Amino acid sequence: MNTEKEPLVQVKKLSKYFQISKKETLKAVEDVSFDIYKGETVGLVGESGCGKSTTGRCLVKLYEPTKGNVLYKGKDIFDSKKNSEKLEYCKNTQMIFQNPYSSLNPRMTVKDVVGEGIRLHEKISEKNLDEKIEDLLKTVGLNRDHMSRFSHEFSGGQRQRIGIARALSVNPEFIVCDEPISALDVSIQAQVLNMLKKLQKERGLTYLFIAHDLSVVKYISDKVIVMYLGTIVEQANAVDLYKNPMHPYTKALLSAIPEADPKIAKSKQRIMLKGEIPSPINPKECCRFVERCTYAKPICHEAIPKLKTYDDNHKVACHLF
Amino acid sequence: MEKMLEVKNLNFSFHTYGGIVKAVRGVTFDVNEGEVIGIVGESGCGKSVTAQCLIRLNPEPPGFFDEGSIKYKGKEISKMSDKEMRKIRGVEIGFIFQDPMTSLNPTMKVGKQIEEIFIQRKLYNKKELKDKALEILKMVGISDGERRYNQYPHELSGGMKQRVMIAIALVGNPGIIIADEPTTSLDVTIEAQILDLLKDLQKKLKTSIVLITHDLGVIAKMCDRVLVMYGGKIVERGMVDDIFYNTKHPYTSGLLCSIASLETEKDEELQPIEGTPPDLFSPPPGCPFAARCEYAMEVCYKIMPPEYEITEEHQTMCWLQHENSLDIKLPCKKVIKGEVF
Repeated sequence: MNTEKEPLVQVKKLSKYFQISKKETLKAVEDVSFDIYKGETVGLVGESGCGKSTTGRCLVKLYEPTKGNVLYKGKDIFDSKKNSEKLEYCKNTQMIFQNPYSSLNPRMTVKDVVGEGIRLHEKISEKNLDEKIEDLLKTVGLNRDHMSRFSHEFSGGQRQRIGIARALSVNPEFIVCDEPISALDVSIQAQVLNMLKKLQKERGLTYLFIAHDLSVVKYISDKVIVMYLGTIVEQANAVDLYKNPMHPYTKALLSAIPEADPKIAKSKQRIMLKGEIPSPINPKECCRFVERCTYAKPICHEAIPKLKTYDDNHKVACHLF
Repeated sequence: MEKMLEVKNLNFSFHTYGGIVKAVRGVTFDVNEGEVIGIVGESGCGKSVTAQCLIRLNPEPPGFFDEGSIKYKGKEISKMSDKEMRKIRGVEIGFIFQDPMTSLNPTMKVGKQIEEIFIQRKLYNKKELKDKALEILKMVGISDGERRYNQYPHELSGGMKQRVMIAIALVGNPGIIIADEPTTSLDVTIEAQILDLLKDLQKKLKTSIVLITHDLGVIAKMCDRVLVMYGGKIVERGMVDDIFYNTKHPYTSGLLCSIASLETEKDEELQPIEGTPPDLFSPPPGCPFAARCEYAMEVCYKIMPPEYEITEEHQTMCWLQHENSLDIKLPCKKVIKGEVF
C-alpha cells in the first residue's frame, strides 16, 4: 500500500485540551502522532471517551488543536491564511458523521444538503447541478426522486447514504468516517460497509475509519491505531495487530469482542479488565492504563511510556517492552 | 422443568395518527425455569414491545392487546388491573432497561431506588431495608456499598449504573428477569463485565432470563434458546446451536452472513440483506421477509408460511421447508473444530 513515500496526512504531536474550569483541564487527546498514506484505510479504535472522535474532528478542522500540527501533503492545515487555501483543504477532506439522524439539516432537501458543497466550490448551472447530484445519489444507491425530499422521510440507512453522498460531492481525497455504521441496524451495516469499500476502490479514496467495533475495523482497515484515554497505545498493520497484540489493553479489548458463534463465545478465555476508564480530567503524569493493568510495574506509575517501534512498524507505548 | 411464562398467540398493536401499527403479531413462546432465552431482531421488529407486554409496560392506550394470552405461573397477565400488576412487577418479574443513563431516577439516591419495591409491601423496617440494599449492591459487584448507597445516579459511571439496574431487578428475588438490550449503551470491556455478572447471578439464583438484543454475539455468549423476530413475528426458534450452525430461515442466515467477524478475510465481500424492513402499518399478507429474501417464491408474497418443525426444539416459519419446495442449503456458521483460543 505504501507506494508513495510522502504520507497524505501527517499528524504530529497533536493535543486537544478542553478547559472545563480554572483548575480542571480535560485532556481529550494528548501527544498523538501518526501518518496516513494515500489509498489506505486507517482504523482508529477505542472505548468511548478515548479521544478518537476528537482526533478525527481535528483532522477536518472542526476543532483547533491545542498543540501540534496536522500536515496535509506537507502543508500545515492550520497555518493557511488565505481563504483559497482553506477552501482547497475543505474540498479535499470530508467527514461522514456518526448519527445520520442529527447530522442532516431537517429543513433542507436532499438536493440542498448534497449540493451545498458543490455550489460553494464551483460555479455551476442549476441543470448541471441537478445532473451531478443525480449521479452522486446513484453512486450511493438512491435515485432522482429522492432529490426533493427532506431527511425525515428516509430510514437510517438511507440517511447515512445521503451523508456519504454529501461527503463525496466535492470529490475529496480523504474522508474521516466517524462511526459511520454504529447507529445502523445489523443487516444495513453490511450494505454501507460494502459501499464504502467499493467507493474506495473506484475513486482511490483514503479513509480514517473511527469505530469501536473491532471486528468491523479489522475487516475494513489496513492499519489500526488503538487509543486509550487520549493517547495511542498501539499502532500496527491490521493483520499483525489482531494476530499479535502487544499492549495489555489491546489484548483485553480483543478478548472482549462478542463473537457471533456459540462454541467460540462459550469457550473463549477472556481477559477481564477491572474497573472502568478513569476520568480524562487532569490525568496523572504516568501510563494512563496503569490502574486497570494487571502487569503494572512501579515504573508505570512514574513515567508516561513512549510509543516505540518494534518489528514491522508495530508501535507500542508500554513499559513492559 | 416448570414453565415460568407461557405466551400464546400474542398480538399487540398501537393506535397512531397514521392508523394501527401491528407491532407484535402472533408470538408464542414459553420460558422454562432457570433458562436464558434470547430474542434477537432489528429495531422495529417488535422485540422490545414483546418484552414490555410481559409486565405491561406499554402505554395502554395507545397500545392494546388484540388477542392472545400471557401466563405467569398460570396467572393471566394481559387482563390484570394496575393494582394486581404492581404485585408482579419487580417482585415476580424483574426488568433491566436498555439505557441506564435515563432509566434511573436522577433525583433519588441509589439505595432508595433499590429499596423502593419493598416500601409498598411494608415487610421490613428501615434497618432491614438498608441491609438488603447493601447486600444486593455487594452481589452485583459494587464495592464500597455504604458510600454508593447514598450517591445519586449522576455520580456513577455507565457500567456502575447498569449494575445498579441489575440490583434493582434482582432485589425482589424474581423468578424471571427481562433484560432489554442490557449492554447496548456500554463499551466492549464493560459489556463483557456486565454479561459475565448476569450469567453468574443467573446460575447462582436459578432465575430465568429473557434477553432482548440485536447483537448475535451477546446471544451466542449468553443464551440456551433463541427466538429470531422479524416484522412482528417469530421467524425461527431453536436451541442456540441450531440457530447458528443449522440455520433454517433465510433471515437468520442473512444476519449471520452480514456481520464482519474476526475470521472475515479482507477481500471477502460481506453479504448484506438488501432492502429495508417491512412497514408495520400494512404488513404484507405473506411472509414479512419475502421482499428482501433471495430465495423468495411466489407463494411467499401471498400466504403466510406455517411453522415447520425441524426437530422438537427447532422450528422455522419458511416455505422452503415445504415438501414441494427446492432443497436449499442456507449458509450458516461453520463449526470450527480443534483448539479455540
